[in-house]
Amino acid sequence: MLNSEIGDGQATQMVLRQRDRIGTGGLGEVRGGSIAAEPAAVLAIGQTPLLPLHQFARRVGLPDFVELWLKAEWTNPGGSVKDRPALAIVRHALAEGHLTPGKVLLDSTSGNIGIAYAMLGAALGFPVELVIPENASDERKAMVRAYGATVVTSDPYEGSNGAIVHARRLAADHPDRYFYADQYSNACNPAAHFATTGPELWSQTNGRITHFVAGLGTTGTMMGVGRFLKRQSPLVSLVAVQPAESFHGIEGLKHLPTAIVPAIYDAAIPDEQLGIETEDAYAFARELARTEGLFVGTSTGAALAGAVRTARDAAGRDEPAVIVALAPDGGGKYLSTELWG
Amino acid sequence: MSTTGTVTVLIPAPLRRFTGGESKVSSGGSSIAELIDGLEASYPGIRDKIVEDDGEIRRFVNVFVNGQNVRKLDGVATQVKAGDEVGIVPAMAGGSVA
Repeated sequence: MLNSEIGDGQATQMVLRQRDRIGTGGLGEVRGGSIAAEPAAVLAIGQTPLLPLHQFARRVGLPDFVELWLKAEWTNPGGSVKDRPALAIVRHALAEGHLTPGKVLLDSTSGNIGIAYAMLGAALGFPVELVIPENASDERKAMVRAYGATVVTSDPYEGSNGAIVHARRLAADHPDRYFYADQYSNACNPAAHFATTGPELWSQTNGRITHFVAGLGTTGTMMGVGRFLKRQSPLVSLVAVQPAESFHGIEGLKHLPTAIVPAIYDAAIPDEQLGIETEDAYAFARELARTEGLFVGTSTGAALAGAVRTARDAAGRDEPAVIVALAPDGGGKYLSTELWG
Repeated sequence: MSTTGTVTVLIPAPLRRFTGGESKVSSGGSSIAELIDGLEASYPGIRDKIVEDDGEIRRFVNVFVNGQNVRKLDGVATQVKAGDEVGIVPAMAGGSVA
């Protein structure tokens, strides 16, 4: 069965079973003794902190009745939210016999899921090959190689679409060599968020969450978390953030009108779409570093920009709100960019 | 414009809507600033995507001359000559095109 043929429900059940078996990581699970054989990197995935942004909220002029929270996905062992879908994709592929001994996991990435696959490949013992646009930073490529994975670079002028096309060609030319993980079409991607990120947010806010703000890249986070939260309460508002224009510098996010639209994307899930300028994303990332001491990446800056816009709207209506923005990664992988310049 | 010949400019996919889909165009000029002015004359609207109002290159954009980032040279004042290849790339995460 191809990944794209897996129904959402089926993939979700698979991931839920995995979660029951391995937990979403954390010491509590280890004490339970049932997953002693799991590698450390796997155990550390998930159960990330939800952080209140009191100082940042005051800085941007929000009243006390509008709360701003940040889901700190950079605390995953691979340094990003992508550890979650990567684990679900790998688990499913191993369980279903798609990733068999001798096969190489292949995918296209601008960095984060590549790091996650490379980490899991090292921990669980399978080879990983990643197509990364040549203009991705040297630190990213070096991180992937540090875990022992192979990097294939694609044309920098073609961006992430070019990397996708390159990976598809490799997979089609060598079907016996590769398991093509295809994060953009793999139902395990949103299913991981439905099974872990969504329930964590609901529990961490005691069901008080009113708005969930996340950037769209593969769209897996918004699809999975969004479906879970809507099931808990249809009143939760889902705010999707995209770059305002096709030529942008917000790592990991897609301008969907001009991108290859991921197969897992359902345009009916988000309640609202916000376009964010690259300069604003950078400015909010810097502001967070200076006011809260939290060092985040460009896509977190974009999510914050969307969250602040949402928060100001709520404040303007005198409406209490509990707004959660998802922070995909930390700022360290952007040191060679002008983000911190 | 003190152009002495044409420079090849590599256009990234997101900006090709300005160049009629062309991934490689020719422009003139003796500096990056002049080259960008030349691009704007041929492809109206493209300039604002590459530089700020003050003419400096936008933070997330890297401009390369023969594989060297102009930020490490003289910025928009970096000289170009006929036969040079100039690349415009969004800084996905920094990086370089050598």
